[in-house]
Amino acid sequence: TKLILLDSLLQEKMSMFADVAAAPPIEVFQLGRDYQADTDPNKVSLGVGAYRTDEGKPWILPVVKKAEALLAQKIDKEEINHEYLPVLGHESFAASATKMLLGESSPAVKEDRSFGVQALSGTGALRVGAEFLKNIMGRDTAYYSDPTWGNHGLIFKNAGFKTINKYRYWDADSKGLNFAGMIEDLNNAPEGAVIILHACAHNPTGIDPSKEQWGQIADLIKTKNLFPFFDCAYQGFASGCLDTDAWTVRYFVERGFELFCSQSFSKNFGLYNERAGNLTVVVNDVSPITSMKSQLTLLVRAMYSNPPAHGARIVDVVLQDPDMYQEWRDCIKIMANRIIDMRKGLRERLEKLGTPGTWNHITEQIGMFSYTGLTPEMCEFLKKEKHLYLLKSGRISMCGVNNGNLDYVAQAIHDAVTKFQ
Amino acid sequence: MSFFQEIPEAPADPIFALTTAFKADPAADKINVGVGAYRTDDGKPWVLPVVQEAKKRLLTDPSAHHEYLPMSGYEPLNKSAAKLIFGEGPTLQRVASVQAISGTGALRLFGELAKKFKIAVTPDSGGRPRILLPTPTWPNHNHLFATCGFDLHMYPYLDSTTMTVDIDKMIDFISKQNPGTAVLLHGCAHNPTGVDPTKEEWKRIGQVIKEKRLLPLFDIAYQGFATGDLDKDAWAIRYFVNELGLECFVAQSFSKNFGLYGERCGCLHAMTTSPEIAAKLKGQMARESRALVSNCPSFGAKIVATVLEDPSLYAQWQESLRIMSGRILKMRQALVEGLQKHGTPGNWSHITRQIGMFSFTGLTKEECTLLKNDHHIYMTQNGRISLAGLNTGNLDRFVKAVDTVVRQTRSESSRL
Repeated sequence: TKLILLDSLLQEKMSMFADVAAAPPIEVFQLGRDYQADTDPNKVSLGVGAYRTDEGKPWILPVVKKAEALLAQKIDKEEINHEYLPVLGHESFAASATKMLLGESSPAVKEDRSFGVQALSGTGALRVGAEFLKNIMGRDTAYYSDPTWGNHGLIFKNAGFKTINKYRYWDADSKGLNFAGMIEDLNNAPEGAVIILHACAHNPTGIDPSKEQWGQIADLIKTKNLFPFFDCAYQGFASGCLDTDAWTVRYFVERGFELFCSQSFSKNFGLYNERAGNLTVVVNDVSPITSMKSQLTLLVRAMYSNPPAHGARIVDVVLQDPDMYQEWRDCIKIMANRIIDMRKGLRERLEKLGTPGTWNHITEQIGMFSYTGLTPEMCEFLKKEKHLYLLKSGRISMCGVNNGNLDYVAQAIHDAVTKFQ
Repeated sequence: MSFFQEIPEAPADPIFALTTAFKADPAADKINVGVGAYRTDDGKPWVLPVVQEAKKRLLTDPSAHHEYLPMSGYEPLNKSAAKLIFGEGPTLQRVASVQAISGTGALRLFGELAKKFKIAVTPDSGGRPRILLPTPTWPNHNHLFATCGFDLHMYPYLDSTTMTVDIDKMIDFISKQNPGTAVLLHGCAHNPTGVDPTKEEWKRIGQVIKEKRLLPLFDIAYQGFATGDLDKDAWAIRYFVNELGLECFVAQSFSKNFGLYGERCGCLHAMTTSPEIAAKLKGQMARESRALVSNCPSFGAKIVATVLEDPSLYAQWQESLRIMSGRILKMRQALVEGLQKHGTPGNWSHITRQIGMFSFTGLTKEECTLLKNDHHIYMTQNGRISLAGLNTGNLDRFVKAVDTVVRQTRSESSRL
């Protein structure tokens, strides 16, 4: 410590960075820290959206373990190594990811007017897409849902978008979709605006438009000449079925839209920290593709040169092998079904307890998250008194709920609601 | 009609174009001295033994998982990486370290931070951060900082007639800059020239930067790879921080010195004046990283951290660095000897004075083209070769080809 003190005395002078303010804490990470620090045996983490087993543990998918072992063997046999990937990424991975999203029978796939760019998970795909739309297409207005994933705004802002607006989405009264509000706001969007849409399992609300509503949204986007940019972080994870969860994106492709879709393999492969992702691009004509790829190449070069191999290789091994692919689909079903069970269990208990309000939204919402409708007061109470850690928006991650804590969670919510009624 | 109809095709990156052409060449004895990736004497990539060992440990670790890393990345990596650059000591308390997507990602992260916080913005830079880049430099430096909207200027660096640093011109140019201007410096093994400042020249550079209150941004992609000694290769950075007491940024890559090119492991360090400022900078760096990638990939980071933290693996890694840098040095010596033995016109001694993976041979554009077309030897048009592409198997042919081509082009000319 003496050395440190002496050193800082010697450094006692103006730093170039003296005016840099502390960054605002990000709620979900602060929540995680608070949860970690809590010593109460009943504590429940309902914050971060990462899958947990019924024992409350992370799950490394067996098929992922298998793929990792296979890759290690390939390195030993010198079939693969750690050399640079192409700028636009692992070619087989990107093509498989795009095909998985659009479906093999997609007109875009059959006509070669779709392609994938490997990216740093969903975030990286959004950022590359946003940079392209801003710098190459000259777009500078974007819309995201109110509410949306906390990072959408910053990604587009840092990509240079000047105007970032919200379209209404969550209706607190009905605890459902404010469809009329959404339509009205999109109707007022300027031509060419980029609209960020959640492909399935909306984060944070868990509320997805119905097929019929998607039809109307598509009509509007077409009429107003807006650009659809889908964020697909939960394909397979929401319903348990890859095709079902891809319906919306595929519908837009069938309708003839050009679009971007960011894909994350963080959740459906449990590969959160390996940053496996893809930007799927669908165009209605093959002629600009070469130029688009060349421009995307320049954008990627200026960001990170080329993407990381490991996560993409794991996904590619699985997607390419029919047995492993099936095994993976079974894993997704396990994860999705456990979540669906927990939703059912929570709703049943709340209704049985006679908790004031309606709770059908818990099972009508889909995916990892639920916008419970709990107020900030109730959430604060839950944190302080019941050691339940959820965002003050009332968003809970269903992954944190399990058969071991279901009764406790339901009772705690009941207590919170009745206290502040 | 597509939204995207009017998009112009961007020019292809010359190095990737080179690699494509090389791959397409059917000649059995073709030589690639283009891309800067290490090759063994058999011309193959080398997965380091310590990397294999680290991966084995990770694969068999029962507590291994794939949960998200924090926004700032894998902390054990950040800590070890900082120690590797700056050395053990109190300065480590006032450095902010955030994991990045290798060296490029670290540079971009600096770019994002500079834009957001108006770092390196000078009265005459039009509200943009201003950065000085050496002439020449890795082409992606220009592209990256231009894409970030920086006000870019090139400073004199290489004296191509003597193949040394044109130190007086460089100092003069830098001395005329406004306070706060960022100056990009290659920590060691300058790419593409292989020409590094001497210690005395570094002292002069540091002095003018200190006097004029400029901001050094070190790009260090070859620590351990240049001399084979990790501390020696970090000498310039440590001199600036320890002796001159300067604040600086360091963009660090583990692509070459760990052979982990495709796993994108790197760090951005901000050395500042106090732990408090470092903490704030770290938070802001992490936030900018969130908008780029959310958090960095774990695989490469864990491999590097495992090695850096284990004294036995660390020692083995140092040995691997000596092997790689040693082979490169051997190739330099053999190349110069070969050219001298052939009596190839010109002075080639700079090749052994230069350091690191690359050599600015002094071969002209015309000569490079002849080498490609007539001899199936691929290098960038500026005459840069990657020594890693040479080995005991192809060196003789390379020497003979250079000799042939130089005699062809220089026989008519009166220069020498």
